[in-house]
Amino acid sequence: MTDREEVNEEEVVAALRAGDEAAFVKLVEMFNGTMLRVAMGFVSSRAVAEEVVQEAWLGVLKGLQAFEGRSSLKTWIFRILTNIAKTRGQREGRSVPFSSLDPREDEPVVDPSRFHPPDHPQWPNAWAAPPRSWSDVPEDALLSKETRTAVEKAIKSTPPSQRIVITLRDVDGWSSEEVCNALHITETNQRVLLHRARSRVRAALERYLDGERVP
Amino acid sequence: MRKPMSCKDLVVLVTMYFEEALPRRDRKRFEKHIAGCPGCTAYLDQMRMTIKLTGTLTDDAISPAAEAVLIAAFRDWKQPR
Repeated sequence: MTDREEVNEEEVVAALRAGDEAAFVKLVEMFNGTMLRVAMGFVSSRAVAEEVVQEAWLGVLKGLQAFEGRSSLKTWIFRILTNIAKTRGQREGRSVPFSSLDPREDEPVVDPSRFHPPDHPQWPNAWAAPPRSWSDVPEDALLSKETRTAVEKAIKSTPPSQRIVITLRDVDGWSSEEVCNALHITETNQRVLLHRARSRVRAALERYLDGERVP
Repeated sequence: MRKPMSCKDLVVLVTMYFEEALPRRDRKRFEKHIAGCPGCTAYLDQMRMTIKLTGTLTDDAISPAAEAVLIAAFRDWKQPR
């Protein structure tokens, strides 16, 4: 479930404060899945991530009366979540996403062997093995469950910071501003992480689709 | 005019291009390169398709057990006031 539909935050906050259970359930259903994906970037397992998300919701309830609306409700909820997730991840001895550089962050976005060398007399740094067009891949193959599974697997294999950013931006449709606010990262950093994540997913899809294709 | 953009330069800039974050001059070099390069055109299309496919993923629904715990917590929370 995504949060692409607009919600009136003031109304939601007022309803929650008034004890409107249906409003709370709706909020939980709207954000829980995204929160779980984000939490999994910080901690070691799904089970721990689920605990973190639960704890975050309790934190939301605790803080609700004092919530002043200086940030959006969404940003506020995800700040609570990432603070709890960070503490929990540190306790597990994991490095904290966005604060340390994963060695994989420095990898080129496209395998360098696919380009001609910089000193090539005719085509320096041009494609030696260009990507093939996917326009001849039938739509139902592109949108098949198997392809989606390949995308999901590729996202899971990206370093945590990248995984969190691509989840919020491309799975859940957040704007870059919302992501920067919720995660406390700069626009530039956000864009670099997003680009690296997308590039990895593209490469995985290419391996998958080109491997599938009958020559 | 600076030297033309290479394919290897271009692949690094795709997200900046999509987000309209490239300075005007680089954007022009980017578009000029794309116009004459089938390889980068295919690359750009693949990136667009990647974004589209990622957007078809769905989040897992909350488990009924976890939801029940939260609803109980909500009832507790509104009780004392």
